[in-house]
Amino acid sequence: MAAPTFEVPKMKAVSEVPRVQKGAMAHTKSYVASAAIQQAIGFPGELVENWEAKAIEKMGDLLGKYRSFKVYLDTCVHCGACTDKCHYFLGTGDPINMPVARQDLVRNVYRRHFTFAGKYFPKLVGAKDLTREVLDQWYTYYNQCSECRRCSVFCPYGIDTAEITMGAKEILDSIGYGQKYTNEIIGKVQRIGNNLGLPGPALEDTLEGLEEDILADTGAAVRMPLNQKGAEVLLVTPSADFFSEPHVESLIGYAKVFHAAGISWTLSSHASEAGNFGLFIGNYETMRNIALRIREAALELGVKRIIVGECGHAWRVAYSFWNTLAGIGAGGNDPFSIELQQQLDPRYPAPQHICEFTHDLLKRGVITVDKSANDHRVITYHDSCNVARASRMGDMPGGQFVIPREIIKMVANNYHDMAADTIHESTFCCGGGGGLLTDDLMELRVKGALPRMEALNNVVQDHQVNFMATICAICKAQFSKVLPYYGFEMSMVGGIHQLVSTAIKLDAKQ
Amino acid sequence: MPVLTIVYASLFYAATAILVFGVGYKVYGYARTPAPLKIPTTPAPTTGTGVAFRMAREVLLFESLFKATKWTWIFGYLFHAALALVLLRHFRYFQEPVWLVIDLIQPFGMYAAFGMVAGLAGLWARRFLVDRVRYISTLSDHLMLALLLAIALSGLAMKYVAPTDIVGLKTFMLGLMAFELHPLPEDPFLMIHLALVASLMIIFPISKLLHAPGVFFSPSRNQIDNPREHRYVAPWAAKLEQK
Repeated sequence: MAAPTFEVPKMKAVSEVPRVQKGAMAHTKSYVASAAIQQAIGFPGELVENWEAKAIEKMGDLLGKYRSFKVYLDTCVHCGACTDKCHYFLGTGDPINMPVARQDLVRNVYRRHFTFAGKYFPKLVGAKDLTREVLDQWYTYYNQCSECRRCSVFCPYGIDTAEITMGAKEILDSIGYGQKYTNEIIGKVQRIGNNLGLPGPALEDTLEGLEEDILADTGAAVRMPLNQKGAEVLLVTPSADFFSEPHVESLIGYAKVFHAAGISWTLSSHASEAGNFGLFIGNYETMRNIALRIREAALELGVKRIIVGECGHAWRVAYSFWNTLAGIGAGGNDPFSIELQQQLDPRYPAPQHICEFTHDLLKRGVITVDKSANDHRVITYHDSCNVARASRMGDMPGGQFVIPREIIKMVANNYHDMAADTIHESTFCCGGGGGLLTDDLMELRVKGALPRMEALNNVVQDHQVNFMATICAICKAQFSKVLPYYGFEMSMVGGIHQLVSTAIKLDAKQ
Repeated sequence: MPVLTIVYASLFYAATAILVFGVGYKVYGYARTPAPLKIPTTPAPTTGTGVAFRMAREVLLFESLFKATKWTWIFGYLFHAALALVLLRHFRYFQEPVWLVIDLIQPFGMYAAFGMVAGLAGLWARRFLVDRVRYISTLSDHLMLALLLAIALSGLAMKYVAPTDIVGLKTFMLGLMAFELHPLPEDPFLMIHLALVASLMIIFPISKLLHAPGVFFSPSRNQIDNPREHRYVAPWAAKLEQK
């Protein structure tokens, strides 16, 4: 870890809300996408000539297409309930990182062009024209929102800043002012099939290597099949699982679960990515195109079930949007939906989360574990924002909190929750979600992680916690990078299936 | 007929029309705009009944605000609850005979205006004392509080400082509702009170007061959490499938 060029916040035992420090993060600007990156995914290469008119036109278009955008821009009363809820404000003190102020960047322009009060009394309501300065502020601060929805939990009208951020990014992309990191990745998944740009043969090599590793470690011939037609389950997982640490440990965990349960499964090179960065830029068609790859792979391979690996925003898109976008789910009565429904086994939810799958197998005793294998670990669990506030697991509301924790407690002996106001629906973002997991935003990522680090530090002090489990590829990558800034070991973070992997008995059902 | 009576009668007809058609227009706009994706803030209810309960808790108890900040909740709830009582109490000037329920709340409604004032004062104080809230406050945020406070204080003045001809007022109001003009008592506090109330009605559809109808259309609160069981496709999104 290179010496930081900024001050790492000090952790406190009791979190404090900082004083407002105007402009504290105004210097932080994520790299702008090049013309090649923009054009590859259908956006203008650079800022278009009549960008102001085009931006307002796009805003009008979104106001007609998204009820959330329209209602949320009208209903805010500036009550201040959200002002101390964003991890980026708590970590930086920059007032534009307060959700309401972030929304107001767009709201002020909306008022100027689309409301009576803003057209005729702009000063009174703070309405503003879309000047170059305002546009640059949009770029700067909408790329400092991880779309984690924590503010929406506390808003009396349920205003979700993520919806405004997505709208703003959609407008920025449409006039040629996109972000490099996110848009480059969208290009890769559309061209190659995953966010890392890992081609099929390389993926095959990687999986073979992992099979050899597991065999050497355990003596069990655990398979990692690729493109296997007729398999029962298609596993769609974030591509980081194929080579990043600690992600790959969870991939090994999934493979061991399938092996021990005796259920045939396969990965797909065509859909070798659960992540869907189309969500981050709020572009429906992009998100749909990426989701359609999973549908195509499922039809091609003839699988009966679709299971999604450990990834937060991917699970949001899968759980909440796949049925809408790609007909992966139940209840559709159009030919497009019916085609896939007829193939999938209706006894299982589509899609299903790997935790729902493993939880069920553990509860029914189909797979067995040796809990003591995890005794060297004292574990806590970080709820990932998209799982916590934008999806569900199991049959009951809040299952997304219960199921992962039950798995941990079934495979390990030492577990402690972090403070109640930092978990479940109040969980803090890791600081790297929403398309911000890039080195050019390192200062923001480190500072934004402060609330989570403080909560973690408290259980480290009180209970000697040495492992923070989470089920999100972005959380894992972000924490691996950020933990050392706060004096923790980077290996403290890992997946739930890493824990399952440690404890599972592979010979039980042989 | 006195000029002032004609002016106020016209004002109230205009204000009512603007309020009804303005809010109606906005609500129509919210209702016809599709919500193409399922975005309830989870954990969310999995049934329609559950959503109705969630919305009821939000509207009647300000559940989310309670989770967010206790001070704003206390002042906000005090103001809104007092306002509801005061509004109900004012029904008696628009009906003859007066409903039993309106008679029953009369003793409470009498004092509710003090609750309004206290709530508004607390909410306004936050806009000066809390640096974060001070930062986000616009001129219109302050003026809205001033307007509401002035309405409450002018109302209280008629009760405790210079009582107005309440029977004359009721005759005027009942007349308005039957499209007949009766003279309005020309009392300064009443003039102020009615003018401010009419202003509030006119401002409603073009201001942040739209939070009242808006909350019912908030997708993060009014959607059922069942995307795996039901397929939703907005009309504009369905066209993508025909390509």
